[in-house]
Amino acid sequence: MSNVTKGDVLLEAKGLTRHFVVRGDSGLFAKKRTVRAVDDVNLSLRAGHVLAVVGESGSGKSVLARMLSRITAPTGGSLVLNGQEVDLKAPRDKAYASQVQLVLQDPFAAINPVHRIMHCIERALLLHGTTKGDVLAKAHEVLESVSLTPPQQYLDRFPHELSGGQLQRINIARGLSVNPRILLADEPISMLDVSVRLGVLNLLRELCDNRNLAMMYITHDIASARYIADETVVMYAGQIVERARDASIIDAPVHPYTQLLVNSVPDPENLESRHEATAKVGGSTGFNYEGCRFSPRCPDAMDICHSNQPPVTEVAEGHLSRCWLQATSEQRAAVSITAKPIA
Amino acid sequence: MKSIQIPRSPKVLIGFGILLVFIVLTVIGPWVAPYNPSSSAFIPNLKPSWQHWLGTTTLGQDVMSQLLVGCRATMVVGFIAGFVATILSIVVGLAAGYVGGRTDEGLSLLSNVFLAIPGLPLLIVINSYLPSGEQANPLVVGLVIALTGWAWGARVLRAQTMSLRDRDFVEAARIIGESRSRIMFSEIGPNLLPILASSLLFTILYSVGVYTTLAFLGLTNVATWNWGTMLYWAQSNNAALANEWWWVGPPGIAIALVGTSLALINFGIDEFINPRLRAGGLSARRRRQLGVARRPRLGFTPVQRITTYPEISTIPVTSAEGIAQ
Repeated sequence: MSNVTKGDVLLEAKGLTRHFVVRGDSGLFAKKRTVRAVDDVNLSLRAGHVLAVVGESGSGKSVLARMLSRITAPTGGSLVLNGQEVDLKAPRDKAYASQVQLVLQDPFAAINPVHRIMHCIERALLLHGTTKGDVLAKAHEVLESVSLTPPQQYLDRFPHELSGGQLQRINIARGLSVNPRILLADEPISMLDVSVRLGVLNLLRELCDNRNLAMMYITHDIASARYIADETVVMYAGQIVERARDASIIDAPVHPYTQLLVNSVPDPENLESRHEATAKVGGSTGFNYEGCRFSPRCPDAMDICHSNQPPVTEVAEGHLSRCWLQATSEQRAAVSITAKPIA
Repeated sequence: MKSIQIPRSPKVLIGFGILLVFIVLTVIGPWVAPYNPSSSAFIPNLKPSWQHWLGTTTLGQDVMSQLLVGCRATMVVGFIAGFVATILSIVVGLAAGYVGGRTDEGLSLLSNVFLAIPGLPLLIVINSYLPSGEQANPLVVGLVIALTGWAWGARVLRAQTMSLRDRDFVEAARIIGESRSRIMFSEIGPNLLPILASSLLFTILYSVGVYTTLAFLGLTNVATWNWGTMLYWAQSNNAALANEWWWVGPPGIAIALVGTSLALINFGIDEFINPRLRAGGLSARRRRQLGVARRPRLGFTPVQRITTYPEISTIPVTSAEGIAQ
């Protein structure tokens, strides 16, 4: 735990993929359909860094977090933990759990309603090497680290006696009890009152800095990503469409989907722009697997977008975009338009 | 740390009270019975009197003694069958619901078979194969009843387990690395308690009913005493036709009272197990009298003050007129 310096890559996903096979809507012989929830995602989580994953519902960000915590098995790709490839065939073991922890989205559902708060903290501690005698002291320590004081007052309570913000802190505390190196937070503030969101965000950032945690912060709110993240990736339909360090992804988005996300954040300074259409609404909502996934909704879609997967282009240092608009002339020349645009 | 609070709503208290009386009678019944229940030394067909609190039978036996002695066998069979059937249903239901797949299919098939077989005829068949000495053994009869009565509970528990299996708190337990059996019995199990408890109560009630039925039909050893054999002898001596209500009534009423007490307790189960409802059965006034503390939610969520604030861009202040336009 000690010999981790800020910036070390702790967990790396290489070509991580998850496809779900689903039956069609109805009928005995309905065709099976493959949903590409996560498609060939590469990312690395670094000690002391927060990686924000932004995307709309169904973009695959939760599935990605579940795969990284190995609750969901990937259908392709590999995971590298501390430089060693993880055997994805083997069942998830306690050793992995003690390194990678996932904080679930809904604090009201994630804590067993029939047990006192002590139970969930205690189990996490006992499972990961705390002796019975030390449990109480450790539990106090953990609750203090998420600024729930005095701890005893919380440990004796049942979940229904606490508020959403407090439960989310308990939820985070449970993850921390394991003393992980990597914390994956799946929309940790989306179920909370607006008034306590900032407190939880600050807490996460602080834990990341103080403990040198590698953190993945999943959100659909691009503004909160700007607040907390060192690096931001934007996902659409299972693919990373844009990624950048610092806040440049919000200040200077290049991918049309990121622009859509940024523009849909209400801006009190610019009330005039609120009726501007940011993407084609109506029309096709399905994903285009042949070309760019976003092409059916994209306001700037060209013919090539409908027929060919866009390449990844580096638009600035560390700022990547998967879009034909930014593609270099060599990248354009490498493909020929093969299919007609879809109506 | 206060752990379990006894429910105080009157329904539950009455239920527990009645059940307690019968449990005490189960233990001390044969000792406090005034006469030998099989002795026919008394004047037949006596109405209730100070010598014979519940009168005597056509055969000159003391009804009160029969009721007290018969209580033990009836209750013991009921409770043994109830507990054994519930344990069977927990094992089958939880395993089928949580593990799923082939295990689920196999166990579901098994419980469906037991559900489809009519219980009473099966019991009669099994019972008739028992050696006649064993027919009087409450333990054996209880196990036989349990064998035919577990399937319903297993199905209900399986359904509930399946609905709990994908809840977030179960997943959270998996994330911290809990073992499968621990998740089943420590995380899902307690959430099944309300269903489990009412299933237990109704299985006990079912077993008492089935045992009485078997005895009433003369399928257990009629020389031993339980409430069913009392009714068997009353029926075969036409007690109801002869208007001997003191003979027919008491065993029937006793069975009804046991049933009532179990049903009343069942009302309180949810309140007892669900921590939210523990003070639920009481009025605000009664709660104050009993000193049940209402624990309000803890106050505000602490927001820790951070030393470096994020940079706030300078927002141009619009004048009031500007907004009005």
